Amino acid sequence: MIFNEKFETMPLADLKNIQGERLRDLANYVYNNCPAYKTKFDQSDVRLADIKCIEDIKKLPFTTKEDLRNSYPFGLFSMPTNQVQEIHASSGTTGNLTVVGYSKEDIKLWSEVMARSLCCAGAKPGDMIQIAYGYGLFTGGLGAHYGALELGLTIIPTSSGQTKRQLKLMQDFKPRILACTPSYAMYMAEEAREIGLDTRQSTWQIGVFGAEPWGEQMRNQIEKTWNILATDIYGLSEIIGPGVSQECVHKDGLHMFSDVFFPEIIDPLTGNEVAPGQCGELVITTLTKRAIPLIRYRTRDIVSINYDPCRCGRTSPRISKIKGRTDDMIVVRGINVFPTQIETVLLGIEGIEPHYQLIVDRHAGQMDDLEVLVEVEERIFSDEIKQLKVMEEKIRKEIESILGVSAKIRLVEPKTIARSEGKAKRVIDKRNL
Amino acid sequence: MKIKQVSVFLENKKGRLLEVCSLLGKSNINIRALSIAETEGFGVLRIIVDKPEAAVNVLRSSQLVSNLTEVIAVEVEDKPGGLARILDILEHNDINIEYMYGFIEKFSENALMVFRFDDLEKAAGILKANSIKILTQAELGTACN
Repeated sequence: MIFNEKFETMPLADLKNIQGERLRDLANYVYNNCPAYKTKFDQSDVRLADIKCIEDIKKLPFTTKEDLRNSYPFGLFSMPTNQVQEIHASSGTTGNLTVVGYSKEDIKLWSEVMARSLCCAGAKPGDMIQIAYGYGLFTGGLGAHYGALELGLTIIPTSSGQTKRQLKLMQDFKPRILACTPSYAMYMAEEAREIGLDTRQSTWQIGVFGAEPWGEQMRNQIEKTWNILATDIYGLSEIIGPGVSQECVHKDGLHMFSDVFFPEIIDPLTGNEVAPGQCGELVITTLTKRAIPLIRYRTRDIVSINYDPCRCGRTSPRISKIKGRTDDMIVVRGINVFPTQIETVLLGIEGIEPHYQLIVDRHAGQMDDLEVLVEVEERIFSDEIKQLKVMEEKIRKEIESILGVSAKIRLVEPKTIARSEGKAKRVIDKRNL
Repeated sequence: MKIKQVSVFLENKKGRLLEVCSLLGKSNINIRALSIAETEGFGVLRIIVDKPEAAVNVLRSSQLVSNLTEVIAVEVEDKPGGLARILDILEHNDINIEYMYGFIEKFSENALMVFRFDDLEKAAGILKANSIKILTQAELGTACN
């Protein structure tokens, strides 16, 4: 079943005209409603009359995370906040969150693309879904919720956590669909084993997993463990939240709903489009959003794209699983962590910037472990253990407060952390995603 | 009255302690008293050596983090109750002990212990007032600052 036959199976040549019209409207809309975009366009000598078809998108400037950060909280909105229906936020590189908003139409759009996604994964009206993504400022829980409402599913809004209860509800209510992060799916398996549950007898038949990168190895593990079809969903709050693209049952790329989220794959250094099939940075333009539409937003995710129609019948172009990042960002327990945030914390605590390194690991069936190595220097050294412990604790608390994720701090001797000529290797990711 | 202790930061890994002792040995620096306080990940090595400044320089050249801390070398009667008596005096006077450890050798018929106090000046005053002998750097035969 395809949720929106018209747009999801439209030949791409026909879709181009619609995308072109939408782009024209969008360019005019942001120019006239968002002073920050007006300035951006003027600085790039954009002439609105020159934006006639979708290919003209190259004439428009990029939007970066920095633009969002610098405009905190509502500077990039194209709508006064009293008309915004809902606000969400996700972690930014500095202390500030990245804030996004949704008008009434945007919420309808979100419901539409999430309904498409759930349907794409194999959900049908009347199926029961357990939404174990967090509900709140994070877009995961509510996004899945809106989509499920639109598709006509029966929703169990458990949000994340309280694992024993999640497992009990699964056994008692018998939902067919599970929506949560892939690492949480593995964590629930570990808990299940501890209480003697046979995970292979779970009622979950379809999983919609995302909010963090995960590879084929993890997919096989989840599918074997839970006897489930594990599909990948991709999204980012800046664009809408979950629902930007979704794997169908063939698991051969994630269908991107390019009638509303227009993709480009660029070389991150030059900004030019890469050759077809090549990997590059995914850039997305929100063609129809009203509260905070973004023009050519640089996601920093590296993917390749495939424009061939899929066996499922959808023509929506398929992006690969995320192959990497153009920056250092890692996802720990579903939370975006930027190594530079650690720098800010350390600088703030002792007025120094000691050498540090992040080590991320995940043991079988556990959630992610983050360890921060900090090299001890004369200035922070004390002969008293308790002073060193106080320092460790101070760093740990600050990191937890600023990053939103708990970390173990390990004080190490000088020169333990490898130096490099160029960019320091700030992150050692030992996870087998 | 005060003597200098060399404190060194060491990770809880094989060979760290050996490295420190080798370095000191090669530089002709002699260890008089030693204590290690450890935690799960790291430890602080505290040593009284005959040439404390030289020791810190040698350690720093080998990328080890160390510093000098002022401590007091206190004579303790070498018989049951000897230490208790001193601790009693300190407690009565609200003197806080951060840590303490013993010297390897004796200088008289009394034992000799290293004390690290929160308020070194006050502690020294109280000990002196109670006729408890504190050794000077010179008496210890260690290098002067």
